Amino acid sequence: MASIEAKILPAGETCIFVDFGEKIDMKINGCVQALKQSLSEKPFDGLRELVPTYRSLSVYFDPLSVNLQALKQRLEGELAGLSSGEIGGNSPEVRVPVFFGGEFGPDLHDVAEHTHLAEDEVVKRYCDSPLYCFMNGFTPGFPYLGGMDSSLETPRLKNPREYIPANSVAIGGAQAGAYSIASPGGWRIIGRVPYELYDANRDPAVAIQAGMWVKFYPVDMTRYREIEVQAKNGSYKIEYGRRSLAS
Amino acid sequence: MKLTIQTPGALTTIQDLGRWGYQAIGMPVSGAMDAPALIRGNILLGNPDNAAALEVTMAGPSIMFGDGDGAVAITGGDLQPKLNGQPVQNWTVIAVHSGDVLTFGGICGKGFRAYVCVSGGIDVPPVMGSRSTYMKAKIGGLEGRKLQKGDELITGTAGIFTPSMSCPENLRPDYSNAPLRTVLGPQDSYIKSEGIKTFLTAEYKLSSSSDRMGSRMEGGKLIEHVKGPDIVSDAIPMGAVQIPGQGLPIVMMADRQTTGGYVKIGVVHALDVARLSQYMPGSPVKFSEISQEQGIDISRAEAEALNSLRSHVSQPAVTHERGAMNVIVDGEKFFVEWEKLS
Repeated sequence: MASIEAKILPAGETCIFVDFGEKIDMKINGCVQALKQSLSEKPFDGLRELVPTYRSLSVYFDPLSVNLQALKQRLEGELAGLSSGEIGGNSPEVRVPVFFGGEFGPDLHDVAEHTHLAEDEVVKRYCDSPLYCFMNGFTPGFPYLGGMDSSLETPRLKNPREYIPANSVAIGGAQAGAYSIASPGGWRIIGRVPYELYDANRDPAVAIQAGMWVKFYPVDMTRYREIEVQAKNGSYKIEYGRRSLAS
Repeated sequence: MKLTIQTPGALTTIQDLGRWGYQAIGMPVSGAMDAPALIRGNILLGNPDNAAALEVTMAGPSIMFGDGDGAVAITGGDLQPKLNGQPVQNWTVIAVHSGDVLTFGGICGKGFRAYVCVSGGIDVPPVMGSRSTYMKAKIGGLEGRKLQKGDELITGTAGIFTPSMSCPENLRPDYSNAPLRTVLGPQDSYIKSEGIKTFLTAEYKLSSSSDRMGSRMEGGKLIEHVKGPDIVSDAIPMGAVQIPGQGLPIVMMADRQTTGGYVKIGVVHALDVARLSQYMPGSPVKFSEISQEQGIDISRAEAEALNSLRSHVSQPAVTHERGAMNVIVDGEKFFVEWEKLS
């Protein structure tokens, strides 16, 4: 494939968007992550913050110390050296325990009915889906997950709930996600994670981050309560690893 | 110093210059809506630019000072501050003593929010490097919420300040009704050319449903999209002008979400976002186009104004008849007041 097609766009006096295209696509997001990686490793003068999204990397800078021409040249150089579709190789993965159904997953039954699958089968296909976190947004730590098994697609609620408890795992149309803080929302709630997906006082504050593979796995109530206690006393370690192409 | 909130006012929160560095995990920046006003107050008091202050909205609080002496500087919109019932100047260092009470007459058509900057800054535990309150996630400030009756706040270590020191008028922010200077993009190409013309010529009114998250525009011709208002979500910088389906601009403010799915026609300059935050609902709003390079030049001119204020403050025009300052002797800090007798 020839060089990556991307646009370098102005976004006010403190930001440039490097836009890879109007698509939810693993290759496009791979470019976003690769460019982010490269700029983090060798930051330019005045770099303030990098924000990766589905389709673009936002490069925030200090207008007092930036050299705009030099920055644009640097970005063009980076783009020329970028090879496409890097995702899938030796990428970070987070494994996340979930209690499915019951009062923690009030919509599991409806999802099963809508998809004509048994509840167990919904859980299995959800956990077996190659979920990938394209970005965090909406609320602190909310992960937008692509790659869900298409047989699980279920429309959002017609009347969104006013309150969804934090750490609820959900399906919204073709996307998967997890409510990182309590908020209103219309996604179908099928389970809950026994620890805080977002905790400002923990490092990392956000468990599921952009550019990570996500592997949900079911736990029973005994294990759920164990992890809950460990998380509260600080002894629980979030399960990070890497996913190789083969798995 | 200690500050006791006797009445909280309409919306009083603790803000500094914002929580930078965490937008990638979905954490909004927050911070002072009128940052240039906050910075000037801090410079007057000898604080770091980023020291936390109280952002006071529309109807101010009543605050009692205790535990020693210090100073405040009230900047931003004119909410008619009074110390012990007597009107005091905005943009000026005011010495305060235990038992003094600061109140506000409220808005008078010259701005919508004010900053009560205090010597030493408001000392609450920083969260992710910032003391700014972000109410939606309940973080920062005091327990992540707006202040309420009975709250007690303490201040940090005071710097050097001179009571009665003022920010000269020519170094204050511009609060005119001039058009908001806007760099077009990143998605101006998603808008019909007629829509760009509308955006740059229409006179809008600021909607009363505006808040710390966004300033909504009313009136004016509707702006048409080429394909539609929805995009695959991307980032939202401060001042981004979203054009949702109804065709009227929304300028994204301090508490904006980090990402969103509406077309962004342009981004308003930070100084003009601050100016917009001072407009009363119903105020006329216009937009004008600048280049990214012009935007950077405007930021540099602001930095020069702040530097001028810094040198003005460090050469106190004390009359030698009367004055006060913090001095450090053998590592110990003293607050000294003097007055010429005879």
